[in-house]
This record gives sequence, C-alpha cells and structure tokens, in this order.
Amino acid sequence: MNALVVVPTTTWYLLLSAVLFTIGTVGVLVRRNPLVLFMCIELMLNAVNLSFVALGRRLADINGQTIVFFVLVVAAAEVVVGLGIIVSIMRRRNGVTVDDLAELKG
Amino acid sequence: MELFVFVCASIMILVGAIGVVVRKHPVHAALSLVLTLFGIAVLFVAQEAEFLAAVQVIVYAGAIVVLFLFVIMLLGVDRVEELRTEPIAGQRWIAAFVGVAMLGLLVAAIVTGAEAVIGRGDGIASNIAGDNSDANVAQLANSVFSDYVLAFELTSILLVIAVVGTVLLARKRKGQRVVAP
Repeated sequence: MNALVVVPTTTWYLLLSAVLFTIGTVGVLVRRNPLVLFMCIELMLNAVNLSFVALGRRLADINGQTIVFFVLVVAAAEVVVGLGIIVSIMRRRNGVTVDDLAELKG
Repeated sequence: MELFVFVCASIMILVGAIGVVVRKHPVHAALSLVLTLFGIAVLFVAQEAEFLAAVQVIVYAGAIVVLFLFVIMLLGVDRVEELRTEPIAGQRWIAAFVGVAMLGLLVAAIVTGAEAVIGRGDGIASNIAGDNSDANVAQLANSVFSDYVLAFELTSILLVIAVVGTVLLARKRKGQRVVAP
C-alpha cells in the first residue's frame, strides 16, 4: 500500500448517509402507495443506522452499534404493526393509494 | 481495497434507493430495497460491525422484505401506480426543493462538524474489534446485557405487543364484509 491510496473516512460515510436519507424523504413526499411509503421510511432508518455505525467506529464507542441494534428491533415492530393496519384498511375498501385514505372514518 | 468496497457498496445503495422511489411496480420497489439493504450490510462489515451486518441481512433482507412482498401479494395491490399525473399541483417541485434544501443542510452540518469529530478519538479506530474476530459480538453483548439490559427487556415486551396487536388488527371479524380488491 503506497501513501497515495485514498481511504474512505467517516465524513464519506456520513455524506452517503445524508444522500440516502434525502432520497427516502423525497420518496415519502412523492409516492402514494402506502407500501412504498413504508419502504422509503426503511431507507431513512437505514441511513441513520449507517451514520450511527460510522460515528461509533470513529469514536471507538460500541454504544453506536448498540443503538443500531435497538433501532433494528423497533423498525421490525413498526413494520409489522404498519402492515397490519394497511391489511385491515385495504380489506374493507378498494383504494390503493393514500389519497383514497384521506379520512379516518372506516 | 477499502475504497473499492466503499464505492461498490455506495453504488448498490444509491441505485437501490433511487429504484425504490422511481419504480412504478411495488414488487420492483421491494426488490430495489433488498439491493440497498445488502449495500448497507457490506458497509457494516467494512466498519467492523459484523454482527449487525448479519442481523441486517437476516432481519431486513430476510424477514421485513418478505413481509412486504407477502402483503403486496395478499392485498393484490401489485398494480402499476400511475406516476405521470401529479395528485397535487406542484408537489414534485416542492418535494425536489425540500430534498435539495435538506441535503444542503445535512452536508453543511457534516462538513462543519467534521473537525469536532476528528478532534476526538484516535483516528480510524480499530480497537473496537481488536485482533480477536469475536470481539465485536462480545463487546456488543457486554453493552446490551449490562448497560442496556432494561431496554433489552422492554424490546421483548414491545415485540409481544406488536405481534398481538397485528393479529388483532389483521384478523377477519365475524360478519365483516370483505371487498374484493
């Protein structure tokens, strides 16, 4: 390895995480299928996980990875409950997009 | 080598993320999500978080995406979404503006805060993993089961509540009329 080899620093990881988070945000804003909205939320969660791991490694602190562990668990629970709600809504009406779900009345 | 891994994983992540946003078919979006999640797992390995990479592949790419695909098939919503028409006039432009502004703010914060982070710690620290390959799992277990054991127990309660709530939400009630999709 010569001295000219570029090694990706923590800043690179954080910038990648920022780009991923922004793509997820734009996806939530423009898409109308509730399932795709959930996928975009997963993108944002993964962006945050990536920045946690990058900073945890940078600061030599294992707690960054511990937080990512808990975020994974909570994300799994969130997806399960969200998909359950979507299934129960879609059963009783025909709408496919969130525009058809503009009112809370069942 | 590390640069090569980073560039390849970044391309995987960004292509998958853009695919989730722009693909019309929900199944294609879910498969793009798998690509992104694998890229994240590769970067976790590159950052010496081997346990989290394994959990990422098993839980996210395995369980969550399969759950997405299952719900897509179950509901029959796998029809193509019309992306040409805008439901609200100017929504796309406002969303693009919000995205650019947010990216600008995040990049500015990262570049500004870089010195503060670099000032602490001892460079690209590799003493999390150390020489022992089991050290990552051991340290993570030490942290979870000593400092955060209460939070760990609470997550078990959360998972039970989520399972019970989902069963209650998604079951078919007696006499409920089911609309065919």
